Amino acid sequence: MLDLTRTIAQQWLQGLGRVAILASETFASIFRHKIEWRNFIYQIYFIGVKSQSVVLITGAFTGMVLCAQTYFQFHKVKMDTATLAVVSVSMGSELGPVLTALMVAGRVGAAMAAELGTMKVTEQIDALRTLAAHPVDYLVVPRILATLVSLPLLTAESIVIGIVAAYVVGVFLLGIDPAYAWHNMLAYTDAPHMMSGLIKAVFFGLFLSLISCYKGINCGQGAEGVGRATTEAVVFSSIAILISNFFLTMFLSRMLQSG
Amino acid sequence: MIEVKNLEKSFGSQRVLTGVDLRIEKGESVVIIGASGGGKSVLLKHIIGLSSPDSGEVLIDGQNIAHLNERKLIEVRRKFGMLFQSAALFDSMTVEENVGFVLRREGKLSSSEVSNKVTEALDMVELSGTHHKKPAELSGGMRKRVGLARALVYQPEILVYDEPTTGLDPIVSDSIDLLIIRVVESLKITSIVVTHDMRTTRRVAKRILMLHNGKIHVSGTPDEIFSSQDPLVYKFVNGISDPKNVMQL
Ligand SMILES: Nc1ncnc2c1ncn2[C@@H]1O[C@H](COP(=O)(O)OP(=O)(O)OP(=O)(O)O)[C@@H](O)[C@H]1O
Ligand SMILES: [Mg+2]
Repeated sequence: MLDLTRTIAQQWLQGLGRVAILASETFASIFRHKIEWRNFIYQIYFIGVKSQSVVLITGAFTGMVLCAQTYFQFHKVKMDTATLAVVSVSMGSELGPVLTALMVAGRVGAAMAAELGTMKVTEQIDALRTLAAHPVDYLVVPRILATLVSLPLLTAESIVIGIVAAYVVGVFLLGIDPAYAWHNMLAYTDAPHMMSGLIKAVFFGLFLSLISCYKGINCGQGAEGVGRATTEAVVFSSIAILISNFFLTMFLSRMLQSG
Repeated sequence: MIEVKNLEKSFGSQRVLTGVDLRIEKGESVVIIGASGGGKSVLLKHIIGLSSPDSGEVLIDGQNIAHLNERKLIEVRRKFGMLFQSAALFDSMTVEENVGFVLRREGKLSSSEVSNKVTEALDMVELSGTHHKKPAELSGGMRKRVGLARALVYQPEILVYDEPTTGLDPIVSDSIDLLIIRVVESLKITSIVVTHDMRTTRRVAKRILMLHNGKIHVSGTPDEIFSSQDPLVYKFVNGISDPKNVMQL
């Protein structure tokens, strides 16, 4: 039992170490080697443009349900007009970044792991290396950079959509006074809330793209290997997002308040 | 010149290469034969630095590449062209993008020069007019030929062919054999061919190496190998199976 825990812990640490090596290779590549802009643009299209529907639906329905639930509670204590303030703060600093990142991990992370995994299994990565292209330069860097650019934008979009949807539900369905609700929302939502949301999105983007690329290029053999790489990419990305979110919240609230 | 010294490689408990020694001169044309699953593809991957050995050395023009890092290896690999056993075409790209991959990325030639070279290479493997197809739309044999065109197009110093004619019809096989011979003779490219096709072996090889039990079992000219009295070699080149194994089926 103790041995088993030890091997599992060892494997975890080894995995983390390898991800860290991939991260350092990625940064070295970004600064020292030519960036593959074509691949980068294509990834922006794939991650940013093609995730629109997912992000819109996530943002809108999260905003709506948050508004409704908050209203039901606040209505009891006659604080109806504070509803939107709660929605905007929690969308901006927590739900927007976390849910968007989780949805993108499911869509984009899985696709990255499956694509790179298939390339590995069918020797396309070996072919790339033979044709004088470093897999990190050619495959990993464009994906990570594109995620770093896209995810904060997608997050901002989902926050805005969430607030708009909450406003529509609150005002037109639940009958909250629009002027007061809007005024309170602006009064209680500070720039640091929104800032922290976007900073989180950058970190989440880094974690999810790094983990998914790592799982893809270190994929096991055959269709089974690709399947496992895909699943693990999504699971580990999601866990990394949820755990790091807590620490980022603690850290950023200090940083942004004092700064 | 390529030199391999005491190369060993295992996968888990399976010992695939147990001390390979070989030496291939510049401009030479060598065929490696040996049982299926005997480690020929693994050996080729070590020669071009795609795998790193457990022990031993791989010297390319005197430089030991066995434990170089990937960045350095990429420079060394520029000398090589490789036809993979599975062709390993990039399936997100068209045939023309596959073949022109290296030339485009190097950026030394204009795009019309690149497409001329690509067309030329595709003509050589008798695949004119497939430029805009995706690998998935090609037959296995066609894919292999695209892989060959991709390796030929940038005129490497050393060409490594992993089963170039398996899965091709006799007539196309014949033309691939002639292509390999022409590449060696007119362009002075060193060639290393792994094949199970004895006709190809006989025609292409200046020297034949046989891999057996993870070692080079014999090395000799085609005449020596095809008239060898060594039971292993004799059975292999004449395709004679062991009756005991047949009975077990
Ligand atoms: N990445 C790998 N992981 C584990 N085992 C491997 C790996 N690559 C090859 N092997 C094993 O090494 C042995 C030799 O494989 P290899 O592909 O070199 O054979 P081969 O001589 O090329 O055979 P064939 O003529 O059928 O292509 C096989 O038994 C295979 O199972
Ligand atoms: Mg093979």
